[in-house]
Amino acid sequence: MGIFEYAPAPESRDLANLKSHYRPFVNGEFVDGSGEPLKTINPATEEVLAEVGTASVSDVDTAVKAARKAYNGVWSKMPGSERAKYLFRVARLIQERSRELAVLESLDNGKPIKESRDSDVPTAAAHFFYHAGWADKLGYAGYGPNPKPLGVAGQVIPWNFPLLMLAWKIAPALATGNTVVLKPAETTPLTALVFAEICQQAELPPGVVNILPGAGDIGAALVGHGDVNKVAFTGSTEVGKAIQRQIAGTAKKLTLELGGKAANVVFDDAPLDQAVEGIVNGIFFNQGHVCCAGSRLLVQESIAEELLEKLRYRVSTLRLGDPLDKNTDIGAINSAEQLAKIKGLVESGDAEGAQRWTSPCPVPERGFFFAPTVFSDVQQSMRIAREEIFGPVLSVLTFRTPDEAVTKANNTPYGLSAGIWTEKGSRILWMANQLRAGVVWANTFNRFDPAAPFGGYQESGFGREGGRTGLEAYLDV
Amino acid sequence: MSDRISVAKTYKLYIGGKFPRSESGRVYPVTDTKGKFLANASHASRKDVRDAVSAARKAFGGWSAATAYNRGQVLYRVAEMLEGRREQFVAEVSASEGVAAKKAQSLVDASIDRWVWYAGWTDKIATVLGAANPVAGPYFSFTVPEPTGVVGVLAPQESSLLGLVSVLAPVLATGSTAVVVSSADRPLPAITLSEVLATSDLPGGVANILTGRASELGSWLASHGDVNALDPTGAEPSARADLAREAAGTVKRVLTVPDTEPDWTADADISRLRRYLEAKTVWHPLGV
Repeated sequence: MGIFEYAPAPESRDLANLKSHYRPFVNGEFVDGSGEPLKTINPATEEVLAEVGTASVSDVDTAVKAARKAYNGVWSKMPGSERAKYLFRVARLIQERSRELAVLESLDNGKPIKESRDSDVPTAAAHFFYHAGWADKLGYAGYGPNPKPLGVAGQVIPWNFPLLMLAWKIAPALATGNTVVLKPAETTPLTALVFAEICQQAELPPGVVNILPGAGDIGAALVGHGDVNKVAFTGSTEVGKAIQRQIAGTAKKLTLELGGKAANVVFDDAPLDQAVEGIVNGIFFNQGHVCCAGSRLLVQESIAEELLEKLRYRVSTLRLGDPLDKNTDIGAINSAEQLAKIKGLVESGDAEGAQRWTSPCPVPERGFFFAPTVFSDVQQSMRIAREEIFGPVLSVLTFRTPDEAVTKANNTPYGLSAGIWTEKGSRILWMANQLRAGVVWANTFNRFDPAAPFGGYQESGFGREGGRTGLEAYLDV
Repeated sequence: MSDRISVAKTYKLYIGGKFPRSESGRVYPVTDTKGKFLANASHASRKDVRDAVSAARKAFGGWSAATAYNRGQVLYRVAEMLEGRREQFVAEVSASEGVAAKKAQSLVDASIDRWVWYAGWTDKIATVLGAANPVAGPYFSFTVPEPTGVVGVLAPQESSLLGLVSVLAPVLATGSTAVVVSSADRPLPAITLSEVLATSDLPGGVANILTGRASELGSWLASHGDVNALDPTGAEPSARADLAREAAGTVKRVLTVPDTEPDWTADADISRLRRYLEAKTVWHPLGV
């Protein structure tokens, strides 16, 4: 080390326009929720950022009623070309307020500013732009000449990409003529409430978008509400199953984006330096808080040692620390609870006999941090190879033949994403065919675009977000 | 000489390309709509369901990997065989559903035509539902539909052949494999269809047909860990919520179906095909 020394380069915290108190957004206005207020903290410092009013079950009903009224009275009746203009306005406003949103996101979530600034916020804006254009072209989407919206959508999103997941949910819902009630994650409600301001600035009709901060019980109440027609959830497989169970037998349309345990497969002819970059991006992007993270590295045995050496060196250069520092690669784990979960799984890796290597990077004394960790000698039966860790922890397994790589890669109830690294085109296409996963990245990893459908096989959920395919989730087809 | 005694047929299950009796040894009487005894059908058990699912899983790799052209040919071949057995199907549909011969003929004709329609979709669905994604970056990104896997199908209770064909053919056309529970009281056309499938080029295990009660077997299919999707059409509407809850244990795709049996004579669309397909998006960098 010592080759790269960086001076601190902190982004200004003032850009976030942080307020001491935030409130739920219902029927076009910020209202006092009747739930217990929660304090959202900065996971990098454990300081309280703001107090956030939360919804109670009765507020859920009020919000759904507002959404229904907006749906019946305005939004479903509006020509698609007019809806489109609202969505374009929202997209532009996100761009215009992007610095504020990025800093706020990093403060509340703990992700590095370079990721919120260069990835989360621009991609969120891109989703509104993309879907804005669909609003008046739905007849061309392949679901018949005049596909209808479903009604009121109840949406529950996770804490790993708070604004981006909001965009993935709200943009297609509005473009197709639905109105929404969205519950952001308990630990990351702030950017959703600034998004609510953006809805006001865009003069979106009241009730079209409603945001209800709260905990799991509010999510359950929203999902189970009798007047919700569509449920969209992104989060853990465990909660996804509970939601599927909860609304079984109702006419609600459901889409789920759940967990993953993606295999990132590296063949002996792969360009190693590029592969190392891809592996690092695959598992350490967003502190590994990514459902499609490449958390199982499958390396061809003949190059395993060489690759691991390069990988450890590269990982040791990652800078961990202040999320607002523009040179930070790895920010904070989102919550104490998540940090405990990561630690528990890492201990199971030790106990089950995997070889742990941890980056020697300095770790701040305050805040929730976890140094990048790589396990080698991992066997398929180990918990760290089977369970989603959702943190900066990579499990490395080896294989000898392409068939063995496929078998090991597919040996999971999940099926969200996968990676392939090889110079051989025919092998890429063969592997892409064999892998049971909704997204396959070849010689790259963690690429997202509103025009490309995203979603999983098996227990990684059903339905897609993005592209023409993603519109189906919000149409009565 | 007395009148000739006809050769009575013993009806069996269709699992993995073979015709076993139910492992349980159970049978139940099948009558026509006037109550006249027609035959005893095998009453499939939980073990039969498991065997059928494992046969369907085993067949999935080959069937899903077959070229779409080949799958289309195989399915069209089934339609040829259906046509060859047309008179038998007419008699069975007539007896099962209590409809006049003329009506039965038109139902059988519609069934054959529907099978042909789905056979023709195998090599077109990827063009219609797939995409080249215009992503903002130096990447080639495309999306292809892929079969979901093993599908559990509770066939319609009323429409013994046209309904059955309308729910089974789209599963097979996507490249998925099926475990079907036939109409409980009207199983004869399903049994004959299994004989057609067995003598066509359809690989064993791709379609498995069990006779028995959806009310009993549906639950085993819904909770089975190796079934990827469930069509609850033939379940009692009151039982569907329970099936959907059991299906949630493995995040199964559960079809939304109307409470009452739809009019199967109406033209089909691709919605059933779509429900048995996953979208796989593949990315690769562009560069020199």
